[in-house]
Amino acid sequence: MNIRHHFDDATLMAYAAGTLPEGMALLVACHLHWCPACRDRVKHAEAVGGALLDSIEPKSMSANALDDILSRLDDEQPTVDVSPTQSVILPKDVPAPLHSYINTSLDNLPWKRLGYGVHHIDLNLGSKGTTRLLKIAPGVSVPHHTHSGNELTLILRGSYSDEIGRFSAGDVADLDGEIHHQPIVDTDQDCICLIATDSPLKFSGLMGRLVQPFIGL
Amino acid sequence: MQEDKPTGGDVNAVIQIAEEKKKQQRDSWSARLSSLAETRSKSEFAAIFEYFAPRVKSYIMRLGMPLATAEEVTQEAMLSVWRKCHLFNSTKASASTWIFTLARNQCIDRLRKEKAVEYELPEEEPDPDQRDMAEHSILEERMQVAISGLPESQAQVLHLSYYEGKSHSEIAEQLGIPLGSVKSRLRLAFSKLKAHWGEE
Repeated sequence: MNIRHHFDDATLMAYAAGTLPEGMALLVACHLHWCPACRDRVKHAEAVGGALLDSIEPKSMSANALDDILSRLDDEQPTVDVSPTQSVILPKDVPAPLHSYINTSLDNLPWKRLGYGVHHIDLNLGSKGTTRLLKIAPGVSVPHHTHSGNELTLILRGSYSDEIGRFSAGDVADLDGEIHHQPIVDTDQDCICLIATDSPLKFSGLMGRLVQPFIGL
Repeated sequence: MQEDKPTGGDVNAVIQIAEEKKKQQRDSWSARLSSLAETRSKSEFAAIFEYFAPRVKSYIMRLGMPLATAEEVTQEAMLSVWRKCHLFNSTKASASTWIFTLARNQCIDRLRKEKAVEYELPEEEPDPDQRDMAEHSILEERMQVAISGLPESQAQVLHLSYYEGKSHSEIAEQLGIPLGSVKSRLRLAFSKLKAHWGEE
């Protein structure tokens, strides 16, 4: 996989610090599954947490904490390490973290039509923001728009182009309010992407502009 | 007769010895955590617990958990150390970093009632970053020095993010600055830390 667009360092730091909403963390984990360069940067960002833990002022545990935990050890079974050979063969356009949410291939999903050339699946994560899969037909263009809050997009299949460049499978668009763009699906194949935002359901950003005309908001 | 005052060189030597001691300590925690998977020794676990549990508790309290819950979540995090120690790989992270990620995930589960999403390596792809353990602790030592040398504005966003669990938008609101400024401060901090890490 030839990945050309990666995350902002700030996004990877939020992932490492554990402050991203579940949908955005899922999207980051999906890209990391494919991208050794970003995995490396996440290790650095996690080491920031390790260094902070080393320098933190310890708060003593209650007197019986150690006895309590020692008495519980015998009931704890080691976590089973699912080795790659045991895991199911995944479709190549569904990264492992996403597969545990959808449990099927992209083609078998119950896509819902949003309007001309656009279908979606809401992952209904119930966390802050929204997380959806979007399938956009060739040649379909999204109106010029800006973003409020943060919006992450990971391309799973196909490609699109906008003012920033060309995005194909594995690439991420890591955008915030400062970016103005107008993506258009630029091959004869559907473009399927995962989109996660951190603002509460407020129809704005790529999703909003797509949805607004169709559901009358 | 007056004794010679210690020269700057001596002071540096003392600092070096202190840093060397810290590095050895870090190495030894990583080695002890690695061997715990084989020995499943409760006394070894107790030693690891005595060092790390109070740090994990302190971290969890800073994230905003009340005292009683913090203690309970610390116990859960330390139990996951026992359950998962065979998955600890000292070529990938130090003991502190690994335990930080376990505590962090426990907090995501408990504080936000969300699932912590971990990334998995694709099949049969060897991890390219095979640093040895000693190298890791040198890097973390440098990381600590680099963090303490960050300008206040960058150190502040780093602490709010990692230690208070604030999202970038929440930090922007709290400090009364644009979201873009929060991110650019974090980016600047990260590039300085990376420079100390010996890359770029």
